[in-house]
This record gives sequence, structure tokens and C-alpha cells, in this order.
Amino acid sequence: VSTQLQGAGVGPQEEPAGPLTEAGAQTGLGTARGERVAALLQRNGALIVLVLVGLVASLVFAAFATSGNLHNIALDSSFLALVAFGMTFVILTGGIDLSVGSVYALGGVLIAQASAHGTLVAVVAALGGCAAVGLVQGLVIARGGLPPFIVTLAGLLAVRGLVLHITQEGAQVPTIPPGPVRTLGQGSLLSLQYPVWITLVAFLVLLVVLNRTRFGQTLFAIGGRGDAARLMGLSVARSTTLVYVLSATLAGAAGALVAARSSSGVPTVGVGVELNAIAAVVIGGTLLTGGAGTLQGTLCGVLLLDVIQNCINLVGNLDSSYQSVVSGVFLVSVVIVQTLLARRQRL
Amino acid sequence: VADVAALPAQRFDHRALSRWLAVNGVYAALVLVLLVDGVLLDRFLSVDNLRTQLVQVVPILIVALGMALVIGTEGIDLSVGAVMAIAAALLPLYLGYGWVVAVLVALVAGGLCGVLNGALVAVVGVQPIIATLALLVAGRGLAIVLAGGQSKDILDPTLLSFGSARTFGIPQTVLLAAVLVVVVGLVVRRTTFGRQLLAVGGNARASRLAGLPVGRTLVAVYAASGVLAAIAGVVATARLNASNPSSIGNLIELSAITAVVVGGTPLTGGRVRVIGTVAGALLMQLLQATLNQFNVPDSTTQVVQALVIVVAVGLQRSGGTP
Repeated sequence: VSTQLQGAGVGPQEEPAGPLTEAGAQTGLGTARGERVAALLQRNGALIVLVLVGLVASLVFAAFATSGNLHNIALDSSFLALVAFGMTFVILTGGIDLSVGSVYALGGVLIAQASAHGTLVAVVAALGGCAAVGLVQGLVIARGGLPPFIVTLAGLLAVRGLVLHITQEGAQVPTIPPGPVRTLGQGSLLSLQYPVWITLVAFLVLLVVLNRTRFGQTLFAIGGRGDAARLMGLSVARSTTLVYVLSATLAGAAGALVAARSSSGVPTVGVGVELNAIAAVVIGGTLLTGGAGTLQGTLCGVLLLDVIQNCINLVGNLDSSYQSVVSGVFLVSVVIVQTLLARRQRL
Repeated sequence: VADVAALPAQRFDHRALSRWLAVNGVYAALVLVLLVDGVLLDRFLSVDNLRTQLVQVVPILIVALGMALVIGTEGIDLSVGAVMAIAAALLPLYLGYGWVVAVLVALVAGGLCGVLNGALVAVVGVQPIIATLALLVAGRGLAIVLAGGQSKDILDPTLLSFGSARTFGIPQTVLLAAVLVVVVGLVVRRTTFGRQLLAVGGNARASRLAGLPVGRTLVAVYAASGVLAAIAGVVATARLNASNPSSIGNLIELSAITAVVVGGTPLTGGRVRVIGTVAGALLMQLLQATLNQFNVPDSTTQVVQALVIVVAVGLQRSGGTP
């Protein structure tokens, strides 16, 4: 089925975007080239902007292109990247996952709570607990047919409630004793920190899953047109459920790594992470309507957000409120450019 | 969704019930909560307590009215909390020119924020969630910069009395909210703009082909949401006697969306339930207060609220809200 799907042009390589192509077919040959360039830019926009910003930053700030600073950027972005990878899968199906911020906190609290019982137990508890949350949400969305926005909004509330409940209304912050669980967040290999390695491995695995497996191709079909995917005999409900399990597991993993890094599972972390993840996915060129997007783009989107943040930090005396103004302005500029490029394809 | 004609006769009642619940469930739940309060809790239904609950829900309610309009166009406005903060930050800066000027400046700023959102959505074609996310990120920072990074006491006597005064025993902020509910309700039901809003939400493409001013309607709807958020910012500031842009309206977008959704306005647009939104906001507020009275921990309260959201939308769905 996987090869049939690719033959049918469902894959991301063949077509720029599901909803955009129907009108695109009517355009004349003259604009075809411009369209292709626009599509290329739109798909790689984040990478191009990332390279440009990186170049400018290394010229302006002497401290930017140092190995220490680049390591910092890699480490800082590794946590959000995990969340954003999951969000990419969800958004590809035309859904959204607002619960990742709370699940992120849950992952951290669970791994810290269970860390006394050994590394394996701690990791399984964190990932398993978060996967279960994703499974419940996925089932309600896929089988119950409720809108993802609503279900995961409820998830955002309920999981935060669960986190507070586990930590005695947030009064108790579980700590991680020195040992292998801490090493997950604090150790390093070949001068790269473990979280960076884990994120890189996750990226490569997910890249294969998305582009080379039946599951991945089904997601593009669901996002392009869910009812058509169902009529083609694809397992829409199962794939949709799995996507929310994946998203929650990755968010939980990110939270667990953050907890391992800071040696404690803080119940209040992760508020607003969902918005950063969505922003990274959109900057990376994935359409919120589903059916088109790439994981590479999302990685660039995450790095871009972090590089911008890093530049703002390097300016030095800029306080945090200016930082958020700059981030907001930057976000809106990238999104406008992305949208105009996507619209060019449609015209 | 099953074919109605194909269903056996004895299941018809079940469908009628779920259809009734889909429309009236939020009112039924509200009555239920009030009954539980009245029977089990001493003094919960006292005038004082109800007044407190109403005063607390006013900012959420005002924001939710604008959110309902936006959701009616199949949009979403995440920036409302940030707009509240901008309005709150502007107030003390212009109070020197009198409260009228200060409030006007705050409302105009809210309107401009909305126009910006609306232009991104209608002219550029950015998805509403992302268009308004940018202002959510930038707006609060801007407000804190405007305020010079600190909270300021409000000393204007008119604003102070507006925040605490009562007319016929009803707090003036509640009266203002009631007036806004009536105005928004009339706009949705009785004006051309209201019709256009629902048409755009139902089917933007068809509306455009039918010659409706889709872009203008969208910009106006987001502007209305911005102005309402600014009003909520002024009300909250007046009640607190202080302008605190770093905390005011934090995460209020979630409460507002919840009120709208629980009140029966579908996220798919084309329909706005104003009174339902009021009931939704009141239900969530009273539920929280009631659970609090029963000494239920906050964590459980959040889980209950999440369940209410899912059940409400599930009922609306199984009731086949057209």
C-alpha cells in the first residue's frame, strides 16, 4: 500500500500541498516555474532564514559562532524539538495537540517520582504514563469523533490537574537522586549532551517513520482528505490515535529529559510549550490544514526560534519583555512570508 | 452520524433527548449546580456570594463574547489576554488627561490589535491560531514595556468607584457585562453584520461568491474581539485598583474558549450562541466555586472542568447540532 500511495502522489515529495494543487492544476505553464520556486522556498523557508540569521549573527556577535554557544543552542532546542516533532505528526493529520505542555510536566514529574526504583522503571513510568494520556485523547478524537482542539484543550487542563494531584497540589517537588537517571539529562558523549543525541536519534527515526512507512504515508493521506483516506481503506482511526500517542510520548520524553537535567520534576513547567511547538511547526512550513509538511522544516523552525532567542540574549541588556516583542514580530514576519509563498502556489 | 430515517422508532426518544441536551445541556447543568449549592451548601446562594461570583466572572464573560464572535467565523483569538494587558498598561499613562481619554485610548488600542489580527487573517490569509499567537507572544511584552516594567496603582476616583460601586445592589461591572451581552446578542441576531459574520463562518468561499464583504467582516470581528478584550482589561484593572500588565488576563483565552464551547458554539463556525456563552462562563465559574466550597483540591477541579468540556462537546455532537 505504501508504494501505491506514493504513486498516487500522496507523499510530500511529489506534491507541494493537498489543498493547493486542485487550483494549481488550472494555472498556465508560464507560472509553473515561479510556482515551483515558491514551493521550494515555502518548504525550505525555515532553513534559508536559519542560514541567513546564523550568518548575520556570527558576523554581528563574536560570541555567537563559538563552540560553547552552539552547544547551548543545540541543548536548549533539543527539548522543544522533541515536542515539535510530535506536533508535526499531529498537524499533518489536520489535528492539533494543545495538551503537550501539561504532558511535558507530567513526564518530568513521573520520571522524578519513579527514579528511586531504577532507571528502567523511571523511563517506562514517564513514557508509559504520557503515552497512556495520548492514547485516551487519541481514542476520544479518532473513535469519538470530537474535535482535536477541544479534546486536547481538556487534556491540557486535566493533565495539569493530574500533575498537581501527583505532587500534593504542587507542594512537593520530586527530586532525582544522583545516578543514571540524572545522567540522561546531564551526561555527554563526544562532547554532545545526551538530550541532543536523543533528539537527533528521534529525528532520524521519525524521519524514516514519516517518509518510508505505511503509517507515515497514511498520515499525509488523512491530512490531505480524511474521508478519501478512509474510502481508500486506510486505517484512519488507528493512525490518528497513534499520532496522539506519539505526540504525548515525545512531549513526555522532553519533560523527562528536562527533569533529569534539573534533577527534579517541577509540576509547573511547560506552560505555553504547545504554542512554541505549534509556532516551530508552522515556521517549518507545515500547513495547519494538514496533508503537507516536513520534519526537517520543523527542526529548522525550532532552531530558528532558539537562535533568535540566543541573539536577543547576546545583545545583553535587552530585558525579557523586549525579547517577547521581538519574538512575536519575528514570528509574524516568517508566517506572513510563508503564507504568501503558499498562496502564490494557489494563484 | 446515523441516518435518522433508518433508526427504529424506540430510539427516537433517545435522539430527541440528546438533541435537547445539545441545545439546553449547559442551562440544565447550570440549574443543577445551583440546586446542589442551594441544598448542600449553607449560604452559597446568598446574595453576597452570588455577587462575588458574578464580579469574578465578568472579565472572562466579556472576553468570551468577543471570542464567540471570532469562533462564529471559524476563527480563534489567542491574543485576548495580551490585549487586556496592553489596555491595562495604557490606562495609567493617560489618566492624567481624565478617565474618558484613558479608557478611549485603551479601547482604541484594543481595536487596533484586533484590526492587526483581522488583517493577518483576512488579507494575508494566515491561519487564525497563528495570526493571533504572534500577538499573544508580543502583546504582553509590549504591555510590560509600556508600563515601564512595573504595576501601577490606579488613583482615578471614577475608575475606582466603577470597580466597586453598585447600582440597585448590582455591581456596575456586572451591569456593564449585561449591557454588552445584550448588544452582542442584538448584533448577531438583528444586524446585517451579524448575518454576514455567520455566513462567513458557515462558508467563507460561498460568502465571497455571493458578494459579501468577507475581508471587511473578518477584520471587524477581530476588532470587536480586541475592543471587548480591552474593556475586560479596563474592568479588571478598575476592580484591582491597579494596573498589572504582567499578570492580568493570563491564560484567559483558555477560559473564554471554554465558556464559548461549553455554551454550544461550534468551533466549525457559522453559529454563535451568545446566551449559551454567558451560561457557559457562569457554569465554569460556579462549578469551580462549588468544588472549592466542598474542599475539593484544585487538581481535581481541573479534571472535572476538562470532563465538562468533553461531555458538553460530545453531547452537542451526538445531538447533531446542525
